[in-house]
Amino acid sequence: MGMTMTQKILSAHAGLTTVVPGQLIEANLDLVLGNDVTTPPAIDVFAKTCACGVFDRKKVALVPDHFTPNKDIKSAEHCKKIRRFAREHDIENYYEIGDPQMGVEHVILPENGLVAPGDAIIGADSHTCTYGALGAFATGVGSTDLACAMATGKTWFRVPDAIRFVLNGALRPGITGKDLILHIIGMIGVDGALYQSMEFCGSGVSTLSMADRLTICNMAIEAGGKNGIFPVDEKTVEYLRKYAPKRFAEGNYKVFEADADAEYIRTIELDLDRIPLTVAFPHLPDNTRVVGSFDEVIIDQVVIGSCTNGRLHDLRIAADVLRGRKVKKGIRCIILPGSQRVWKEALKEGLLDVFAESNCVVSAPTCGPCLGGHMGILAEGERCVSTTNRNFVGRMGHPKSEVYLTGVPVAAASAVLGHIAAPSELGDLIKED
Amino acid sequence: MTAKGKVFKYGANVDTDVIIPARYLNTADPAELAKHCMEDIDASFVSRVQAGDIIVGGPNFGCGSSREHAPVAIKASGISCVIAPSFARIFYRNAINMGLAILESAEASEGVGDGDTVEVDFETGVIRDITTGKSYTAKPFPDFIRKIIESDGLVGYISDKKPGCV
Ligand code: SF4
Repeated sequence: MGMTMTQKILSAHAGLTTVVPGQLIEANLDLVLGNDVTTPPAIDVFAKTCACGVFDRKKVALVPDHFTPNKDIKSAEHCKKIRRFAREHDIENYYEIGDPQMGVEHVILPENGLVAPGDAIIGADSHTCTYGALGAFATGVGSTDLACAMATGKTWFRVPDAIRFVLNGALRPGITGKDLILHIIGMIGVDGALYQSMEFCGSGVSTLSMADRLTICNMAIEAGGKNGIFPVDEKTVEYLRKYAPKRFAEGNYKVFEADADAEYIRTIELDLDRIPLTVAFPHLPDNTRVVGSFDEVIIDQVVIGSCTNGRLHDLRIAADVLRGRKVKKGIRCIILPGSQRVWKEALKEGLLDVFAESNCVVSAPTCGPCLGGHMGILAEGERCVSTTNRNFVGRMGHPKSEVYLTGVPVAAASAVLGHIAAPSELGDLIKED
Repeated sequence: MTAKGKVFKYGANVDTDVIIPARYLNTADPAELAKHCMEDIDASFVSRVQAGDIIVGGPNFGCGSSREHAPVAIKASGISCVIAPSFARIFYRNAINMGLAILESAEASEGVGDGDTVEVDFETGVIRDITTGKSYTAKPFPDFIRKIIESDGLVGYISDKKPGCV
């Protein structure tokens, strides 16, 4: 029996010639990730393992991003604990506030060249699945897993089944990868890919930008998936050349392809030309509707950013919508560049100027309001349009607040109009002061 | 490695909230957690369970939150093994990481009765119901998973190997 792309990566990392779904394997890891929420408990477990050190100081990444710049004393203590651990173990990939390479974990790891095709990666964060965009296997785990993997460079996996998504055609102008993944989650449900890989293939793949692929894989977990993964093509290699020049030059990556006779438990064909502008209503990512198909939803706040949509690509789209327009009076529009690099590039390109002129506020790179941490918490009854990935009850603040998930174009247009809207509704509406 | 004990049988979707209610999560002490294990689904469980006993559940055992306290509570209560047709993904991972033996067998989950005495051989995956004389087979664990369970969980397993200390 042939293997899926994920199964092939796993079998290579387990030193096996073949694996089958359900099999338990022990695999070597190329990268182990923790953040400021999950690393502090992992440090305590790590101490119990009697390990003298981490397995490889270059293959551990510790990213304080959720509550940074520290929002309160508790988060400051957590970050202090990580900082001390990182120093003690001489961790190469530890990112302090203001470092040129700092930012939100799933934005910066690919940007800093730590992810390449064929890698096996675990992170104590559910959105670690983002890295599948580069043809790597990546999945989220718990703090005990993180601790033990930091010590040994290994972990165990149960080999997953896969759903194959065959993408045909191309997204229409103005439709983004976010619309596609929201549409898919709406179709299969928040447990539609439970424990399975979501493997994307088909002629439509080449039309998707790397930014879109990162957004799509980021939300695999919102369909319950173990991982999402894209095949490696010219765009992937180009991305690698730009962001991981050393690994690219050394050829230090491996392209895996699914076997022609790989078995999938389900195949879903999607015509990209037919994907509509999509929004997920409260309180689950699968509660999707087509923009324009519902009554006016008046909003209080817009958040553009996060590991889902906080890349330069996203900020450019936001600026294109906001340029020459103003955020509607009474609406707060918060923009969170996903990393210091994104922030700087946005500055250089004049995007931050556009945002300032449009009356948005631009934050330091942080997870912030995405998990209801800080920098934009919602009060009772407030509604927010957000480019993040979860709209669970209370995710962004008060249990009676509401989060509507969309792509960047809808979020930016909604900020100008004060209700959930497609950019086409803007017409030549400008300068509403 | 084998286990032998009396069966406590439950239905489908036993969730982490009935395994260990959230109101007791203010401690991580296994013995404390064990005192409230299964409390909301079977109030007499704690007083009846003996070391070695076995839980047999229905599909999707351990669904709900990602709390590692759930397998810890079951293990500390004396349960030697949980048998179910399927486990929730995070519970599955946590159970092995905490050193609680779990086996997937739809047939055993169906066939074994409450109160039966059952013997499990982890090397072969054979589940023998001594009360009825019937046998079932689950997929046995590979070596390294068996070692994780024998070492009382992932932390014990890797400390035995003294990682990083060459
Ligand atoms: S941006 Fe949101 S989803 Fe992404 S890592 Fe941060 S909190 Fe998690």
